[in-house]
Amino acid sequence: MSHSEIKKPEDITVPPSSFLAKLPMLGGILAVAGLGATLGSAFGENKGRAMFAYLFAFESVLAIALGGLGWLLLDHTTRAGWGVVVRRFVETTAATLPVFALLWLPIGFLGFHELYPWSHEHDAILAKKAWFLAPGLWYARSFIYLAVWSALGWFLYSTSVKQDSLGDNHAERDRLVHLVRKVCAGGIFLYGVTLSFGAVDWLMSLQPHWYSTIFGVYYFAAGILAFFAFVTLMTMVAQSSGVMKTAITTEHFHDLGKFVFGYTIFWAYIAFSQFVLIWYANIPEETEFFMVRMEGGWQYISYGLPVLHFFVPFLYLLSRKVKRNRTLLGVGAVWTLVMHCVDLYWLVMPNYGAHGEGHHEPHLSPSFLDFTALIGVFGVFLAVYGVLLKRNKTVAINDPRLDESLVHENY
Amino acid sequence: MSTKSNLWGVLAQYENPHAIYKACEQVRDAGYEQWDACVPFPVHGLDKAMGLKASKLPWIVLTMGIFGSAFMVLFESWAMGSAYPIIVGGKPLFSLPAFVPVWYEATVLFSCVTAFFSNWILNGLPRPHHPAFGSKAFERVTDDKFFIMVEATDPKFDLEKTKALLQGAGATLVEELEP
Repeated sequence: MSHSEIKKPEDITVPPSSFLAKLPMLGGILAVAGLGATLGSAFGENKGRAMFAYLFAFESVLAIALGGLGWLLLDHTTRAGWGVVVRRFVETTAATLPVFALLWLPIGFLGFHELYPWSHEHDAILAKKAWFLAPGLWYARSFIYLAVWSALGWFLYSTSVKQDSLGDNHAERDRLVHLVRKVCAGGIFLYGVTLSFGAVDWLMSLQPHWYSTIFGVYYFAAGILAFFAFVTLMTMVAQSSGVMKTAITTEHFHDLGKFVFGYTIFWAYIAFSQFVLIWYANIPEETEFFMVRMEGGWQYISYGLPVLHFFVPFLYLLSRKVKRNRTLLGVGAVWTLVMHCVDLYWLVMPNYGAHGEGHHEPHLSPSFLDFTALIGVFGVFLAVYGVLLKRNKTVAINDPRLDESLVHENY
Repeated sequence: MSTKSNLWGVLAQYENPHAIYKACEQVRDAGYEQWDACVPFPVHGLDKAMGLKASKLPWIVLTMGIFGSAFMVLFESWAMGSAYPIIVGGKPLFSLPAFVPVWYEATVLFSCVTAFFSNWILNGLPRPHHPAFGSKAFERVTDDKFFIMVEATDPKFDLEKTKALLQGAGATLVEELEP
């Protein structure tokens, strides 16, 4: 308990031949194969399908990176100590956000017309929304979101890395710690606004008549849940690659598991809140969202999500023993990530072909392109993640709250 | 057994979390059962140092949560579906989505109220008086001192040996407590 006894971890660099060191190569292969197949199709006659697959993949993986940024903002603002040992994995997640600005380009400049019906359709409802869903303004807003996320993500990552090399220069270190906390407090506001509007602009406007005031929160809930599942797995991968084998303990995994569990409930709460108000009010523009998801095979996912994305993981992760067992927690995290992708698929895909030329009843018809898009975008993410992780120590070794984290225990 | 008739137990004071953590481990390893530690703030891992078993509370709460959940959905179905059937908003009488908010809140309410009062019962509360209140030193338990008390009813209790154990574990003050 005495802080003089605390030993700082020494296995804090990625071993050259470990799995973790191969992440850039692995991610690169997935990225080239996946994106090649998907974007290749985007220049053929399957363009619409390929772009929807790409949007689904982009939003699924972006949600993870944004979830990481959200955790960092909260963590620094509240001066949380427990998670300092895993924070570098989170900072690396958030530091990939500038890459998403590049990954966004196909959506903005290749598939804009195919994805967003309001870009070329006209009717009485869209006329009222035309001032907001105007292409020029939409592009301007998109650039702002991407700039804010990239700036926050990279700032938090690079500042933390800078602390590593400060040694005994505690004055400079403490100045950075205070600066980060101030930026994060304001960052929460920016994050909330940009994430909500980003979800509205890029996802909700796929079905432009429809609106839901809780949609931004829904996307946040999906993202932070997927992020905690991802960082739990990444921590396990790191440990099996020989990084921080003793510094990250069952106590930290228990806490990560609690967050996966808690945000599972949060996601279900938000998803149900969105559903029940629309169901109760029964207004045509609002019910449209669930109507298209209650036919053509989508109803199986609509009924499946509450069971498989809430009840099953809720009951599974409820027990303390499961959260404190790495294998069982890992299974829960993989399950959560898979269901996160199903959730995003269910948000994006029913809109394919629902408007304009080639109009048809939206039906569930998974394509090879969905899969290639997902591994492609996830591959880019993993590759950049691997490169950034390898460049630095895997823990914020000089953080003033590292000791607190090393001896962290749950009750 | 060298116990005095008006002896409740022994109180020992420690100076910091580290000291009481080590002391608790020693008392635990000596095999005492009727004893407790009092600290001004949560000391992480103290339950392990004291050798406390996992609390029964989660199971009680889980049981009552499931009961509350089942009770409320059945109650709503009965009340809305048959006892007082009114059509609301053009929805069917048995409308599960409409039941969910109350159903969910009832689950939470049953769990929380159970947790709150079970916690009292398991901890022997309310308890307006405790022998340790007779000690002047014990007043600082809410400020900056850490205490262990061993009760005289413990089968291992022996006034001199227990005192020596607590002293040996680094106590800065050892007192006898009267009921």
